[in-house]
Amino acid sequence: MTRQMTGAKMVVQALKDQGVDVVFGYPGGAVLPIYDEIFQQNGIRHVLVRHEQGAVHAAEGYARSTGKPGVVLVTSGPGATNAVTGITDALLDSIPLVVLTGQVATFLIGTDGFQEADTVGITRPCTKHNWLVKDPDRLADTIHQAFHVATSGRPGPVLIDIPKDVQFAEGEYIEPQKAKTSHYQPRVKASIEEVTELVSLIERAERPVFYTGGGVINSGPAASQLLRELVDATGFPVTSTLMGLGAYPASGDAWLGMLGMHGLYEANMAMHGCDLMINLGARFDDRITGKVEAFSPGSRKVHVDIDASSINKVVRVDLPIVGDIAHVLEDVLTVWKSRGRKTQGPALKEWWQKIDEWRGVKCLTYKGSDKVIKPQYALERLEALTKGRDRYITTEVGQHQMWAAQFLAFEDPNRWMTSGGLGTMGYGFPASIGVQMAHPDSLVVNVAGEASWLMNMQEMGTAVQFKLPVKQFILNNERLGMVRQWQELLHGERYSHSWSEALPDFVKLAEAFGAKGIYCDDPAKLDDAIMEMIEHDGPVIFDCLVEKHENCFPMIPSGKAHNEMLLSAEAEAFVGGGALV
Amino acid sequence: MSPLKIEQGASSHSVYPLRDPNSDVVEKHTLAVLVENEPGVLARVIGLFSGRGYNIESLTVAEVDHKGHLSRITIVTTGTPQVIEQIKAQLGRIVPVHKVNDLTVEGPFVERELALFRVAGTGEKRVEALRLADIFRANVVDSTLESFVFQLTGAPEKIDAFADLMRPLGLNEVARTGVAALSRGS
Repeated sequence: MTRQMTGAKMVVQALKDQGVDVVFGYPGGAVLPIYDEIFQQNGIRHVLVRHEQGAVHAAEGYARSTGKPGVVLVTSGPGATNAVTGITDALLDSIPLVVLTGQVATFLIGTDGFQEADTVGITRPCTKHNWLVKDPDRLADTIHQAFHVATSGRPGPVLIDIPKDVQFAEGEYIEPQKAKTSHYQPRVKASIEEVTELVSLIERAERPVFYTGGGVINSGPAASQLLRELVDATGFPVTSTLMGLGAYPASGDAWLGMLGMHGLYEANMAMHGCDLMINLGARFDDRITGKVEAFSPGSRKVHVDIDASSINKVVRVDLPIVGDIAHVLEDVLTVWKSRGRKTQGPALKEWWQKIDEWRGVKCLTYKGSDKVIKPQYALERLEALTKGRDRYITTEVGQHQMWAAQFLAFEDPNRWMTSGGLGTMGYGFPASIGVQMAHPDSLVVNVAGEASWLMNMQEMGTAVQFKLPVKQFILNNERLGMVRQWQELLHGERYSHSWSEALPDFVKLAEAFGAKGIYCDDPAKLDDAIMEMIEHDGPVIFDCLVEKHENCFPMIPSGKAHNEMLLSAEAEAFVGGGALV
Repeated sequence: MSPLKIEQGASSHSVYPLRDPNSDVVEKHTLAVLVENEPGVLARVIGLFSGRGYNIESLTVAEVDHKGHLSRITIVTTGTPQVIEQIKAQLGRIVPVHKVNDLTVEGPFVERELALFRVAGTGEKRVEALRLADIFRANVVDSTLESFVFQLTGAPEKIDAFADLMRPLGLNEVARTGVAALSRGS
C-alpha cells in the first residue's frame, strides 16, 4: 500500500516514525507548511526558542543527555545561517542532530529570492552530511537516511534543506524499514589481532593510564559500564577529557580527574610519565596535548576510535584500533580474562605511589575568603548541595567551565553537557533548556559566566513559556574571565576589552521575564541562596558575584608540555614552590 | 607520474618493504575515489582539501556507472606519509564516498591524460611542430594555414615534455583533462 501525502505531512510522519518526541525550532515563511502540520497533531512537542542558535544548542543538550538525536526545525535564509554556530558546535563534539531547514521554492533557487541562502553550501563543511530535497518522493527516504547517518559511526549533525514547493507537493511516504539501506555502515568491531595486542600491552604495562574521551559517552551506557569494569579489574588509573567526564565515576578509586590545559596535576603528570597510554574515544586535541613534540615522550600509545581519521591525525600512535568503544572494550575484557587477568602488580603499586605523590600537590587548592565568594568555593558549595540529586549540568565557555569540570563530580555519563571542541559562548543556557525538556523532573543547572550567558539570554522567554525550571548559576566576575586571565599571564596585564561596564541587574532581568532572580555576594549566605535556587519551582537566574581576578589553575600555557604546568600559589606551597618534576 | 619513477620508500614498489610513517619526505600519490553521483559530492571532496590545507595537483571526475549512480574522482595529491594517510581517512568518512584506493601504494598502475595544444606558426616552425607531433603520436584535430590543434594522450610527463617542445614553436593555448588512472592487472 502506498501512502500519498504532502511533503510537510511526510516530515512530521517521518519524525514520528523515527521516535522523535521533541523538536526545537522557530517558524518562518519557508517552513510554514511544516508548522501547519505540527499544529494539527499532538505526538511531537515543539519548543519555540527565541533564536535559531538556541534551537540547535537546545537540541544538543537534549541529544547529549538522552543519547537520542536532537531535532531542529528552522526557516530558510537567516533561520539557517543563525543555526550554523550550533551545527558546527555539534560537529566538533560529535553530537547527533537532524536539522530541517526550509528553503525557497525550487523554481526560485538561484534567483536570490527573499530569505534565500545556499544552505547546503554554507553547511557542507559543518555537517556530517546534508541534503537538498527537490523531489517529494525522495523526502521521506532522505529523512530516514539522515537519522541513520547522524547516529551511526561517529555521530554528528546532518541537515535537510526542504524547498517550500516540496512541502506542498504530494509524494509517496516510505516507512523507515523500507527506506533505502545506506552504504554508510562504519566498522564497529576491531579485529581479534588488534584486541589481543592491546591485551598483551595491558599485561606488560608498568605505568599505564586510560585516557578517555567523549567517544565513551557516545558509544552508549554499555561503554561506560565496560570501562568501569576494565578499570576496576586492572587497577589502572583513568583520566578523561572535558567531553568524557562521567564515563568513569569521580568517586572511583582510579579516578585522576580531568587532564589537559586546565586538567589536574596528577592527571597530566600521569600522562607525561606513563609507559602505556590507552586512548579510548578521545582525539589528542591541542588543549589535551600541549606541545605535541613533548607529549608523553616515553609511552606506547594505543588509540581506539570509531573514526579512522582521528587516528594518527595529531599524535602518531603505536596501536591504532578502529572500532566502537563498547565493542572493543567487551572484546578486550573477554580476551584479558581468558588469558588469566595478568597485570604487573608490583610495578603498578609503585606507579600508584608516584601518582599519590602528585595528588599530594593538591593542585586545586585556592585561597579562601570570608569577604568575597571565590568561584571555586561557589562550585564546591553547589556540588555539596546537589550531590546525590538527579542532577544535570550544562556550562557556558570560559573559566567557570573549567572550574565546573574541576570541582563538580560526575558519577554517570550523559550528565555533563558542555561545548568542548568549538568552545561556544552562549551554549549552556539553551542546552539546559534541551536537557530539561528531556528530563522534566530533574535538577538542571547551567553553570555560567555572565558574559557567555548574555550571548543567548533571550532564551529566558523559552524557559518561562515552557515552564522549564532551569537554574542559571552565573558566576559573575564582571569580566571575560578567561580572556582576562590570558591577558594577565601572557599579554602584560593589558586588559583589552575584557570587561563590561554595563551589565544588567540580573535579578530585575529575571523578573522582567517573569522568572525568579537571586543575588548573592556573601560567602556566608551562599548556601541558603543555592538552596533557594534549587527549591524554587521555576527558572531561576542566580547572580553570584565572585572574586573578579581569580585565575584558573593548573594551567598548561599553550606551546608547553604536560610537566610545565602553572600552579596556583597555594598549591605551590605543597611542593615548596620548587621544581615540580 | 610513471610507476617506474616512484621515489624509493614512497610505495610498495620500493625495495624497502615499509614506508617510514614518520618520514618528512613529500610523496606524490594518485587516489581513486568512488563516490555516489549526487549533487555537491565534488564540492565535498574539494572542500575537504581546501578546508584542511591539502594539495591538489590534478583532479578529474566523471560518472563511471550510470545505473549504480557512481562517479570516479581521480586525485593526484602530495604530502608526507602522515598527511597522505589523513587524506585517505578523511575522504573515507565523507558519507557519499564508497571507496578510496591509493593506486600509488596498491601496486602498478597506469595514468593517462589527454591534452589539446594550439600551436600557431608558419614556415619552418610549422613543419617542425608537425614533425615533433608525429614523434609523440599526437593527432592533428584542427588546422588552419597558420595553426594546428594537436591532441595528445599519455602520462602527464609526456604531456609536459610535448608542451616544452611546442613552446618555442608557437604554442599559445593548452587544455588538459587531468589524470585518469587504473591499477594494472586483473
